[in-house]
Amino acid sequence: MTQAEAKNVNVWYNNFQALKNINLTFEPNTITALIGPSGCGKSTFLRLFNRMNDLIPKFRLEGMVTVNGQNVYSDDVRLDEMRKNVGMVFQKPNPFPKSIFENVAYGLRVNGINNKKILEETVEHSLKQAALWDEVKESLKKSALELSGGQQQRLCIARALAVQPKLILMDEPASALDPISTAKIEELIFELKKTYTILIVTHNLQQAGRISDLTAFLYLGELIEYNHTKKIFLNPDDERTQNYITGRFG
Amino acid sequence: MNTKQLKQKTAFIIIGTLSFIVVAILVIILGFIFIRGIGVISWEFLTAMPKDGMTKGGIFPAIVGTACLVLGSMIFAFPIGVLSGIYIHEYLSESWLKKFLRMMTNNLAGVPSIVFGLFGMALFVNYLSFGDSILAGSMTLGLLALPVVIRLTEEALKSVDDGLRLGSYALGATKIQTIQKIVLPIAFPNILTGLILSIGRVSGETAPILFTVAAYFLPRLPQSLSDQVMALPYHLYVLATSGTNMKETRPMAYGTALVLVTMVLIINFSASLLRRRINRKNKMV
Ligand SMILES: Nc1ncnc2c1ncn2[C@@H]1O[C@H](COP(=O)(O)OP(=O)(O)OP(=O)(O)O)[C@@H](O)[C@H]1O
Ligand SMILES: [Mg+2]
Repeated sequence: MTQAEAKNVNVWYNNFQALKNINLTFEPNTITALIGPSGCGKSTFLRLFNRMNDLIPKFRLEGMVTVNGQNVYSDDVRLDEMRKNVGMVFQKPNPFPKSIFENVAYGLRVNGINNKKILEETVEHSLKQAALWDEVKESLKKSALELSGGQQQRLCIARALAVQPKLILMDEPASALDPISTAKIEELIFELKKTYTILIVTHNLQQAGRISDLTAFLYLGELIEYNHTKKIFLNPDDERTQNYITGRFG
Repeated sequence: MNTKQLKQKTAFIIIGTLSFIVVAILVIILGFIFIRGIGVISWEFLTAMPKDGMTKGGIFPAIVGTACLVLGSMIFAFPIGVLSGIYIHEYLSESWLKKFLRMMTNNLAGVPSIVFGLFGMALFVNYLSFGDSILAGSMTLGLLALPVVIRLTEEALKSVDDGLRLGSYALGATKIQTIQKIVLPIAFPNILTGLILSIGRVSGETAPILFTVAAYFLPRLPQSLSDQVMALPYHLYVLATSGTNMKETRPMAYGTALVLVTMVLIINFSASLLRRRINRKNKMV
């Protein structure tokens, strides 16, 4: 079964074409890295899968995007329902100015789940999955803003996990963090692969090499190459990929 | 010393002097009112009715009147203003309508208050037949405060980080939920401070109440919304310009000014206190 798919996808912002005829499929329990120079459309592509581009005025899409076999852009899709199946982690940690507990519980609460026992269990489970539980279990009532940047990002991951998505989108999730926090996040992402399908945008090629199974290289809105990460890094088919990997542009 | 440093130093001195002058003027005004007014301040002045052609007694009905008007205007302006601000900022996309509404709000904020007074008289007093009343006066003052409340609400909403909105949407929250659970709690302290500041502005206005509610002399407390009341700014105006015995009422005028200024200062001070308190606590909403 395919977890997510983009079929003949073209995207415009106003008159500018940001994505050009992209075809990609993502299998369950894989980590796919999206790499490419700044402005090549990585974030735009990622945001297709939870329709966050919809918030941008003058955004226009052609083609089909599916998650769990469902066309997420079909007219009968309810955005809030659909987004529950897709978690997202942003570049800059964005915990809500609420307690650690309420941050993780938020996704459940907005979906009408207020049962104390369910909330407590989910919060604990999610924080454990995000490898944060041991550090915060004594202080769940504390404000999330008092955590370090790395802890905040793991909290945001826990928050995304709490609604039990299948697909998780990460847009440069470690680029604002120090090396130790980055290592922790990478370890965590690798661990999450057992349960989730992960798409991760990264500018850090070593990172892509370390954690991903597959890598897609985008360039000026086009998908240049999509293959096993090893293949992309050791022996790419396209010269442009080769140039990017070896740092000749980007 | 090179020219760059010299320029900086000169600019610093000029700006420093100017701000000192501004502060000094403020202190002189306040000191002047305080010295002239403190003599008549007494328990009786604050709690008694005026008598003997306003040369004796107190200003109690004017204090109560101003309190009624401020409260009434806020009950009117706060919900409408905050909801409009939310609508303009959160629901309208960048379009000519949004720009138009912004422009109109700004223009409205710049309209002289006497114009609001005339409009209030035409609409509330005459057309809607409220007569000279607390209702008509409160609504007129509310209209005056409305653009300020809308603007400040917009500003407060603008200062909420968009990343938090996106984070909320990504978790499957709807727009309403995001506004209710994330945006408003964060913006609330600033909205509240804005509200309190607009109270300060409204409580000192004379022109809007002149034709809509203010009584020249009414030594009793209002019984209903359709009563007229005395109000501090108008009472001050009366005492200073058209009393029965100008010489005798002059100190009373300064006393009234002192009470009014003190009220406004207390309100503004509590606003900044509130903001500081909430900012310290706003790691959690
Ligand atoms: N809101 C927007 N309105 C108009 N154009 C946009 C918008 N967002 C992105 N674009 C354009 O679309 C193209 C792709 O942008 P996108 O953010 O997807 O790139 P990216 O690969 O994520 O870049 P980066 O690595 O810098 O994050 C860019 O050329 C950008 O200028
Ligand atoms: Mg990006």
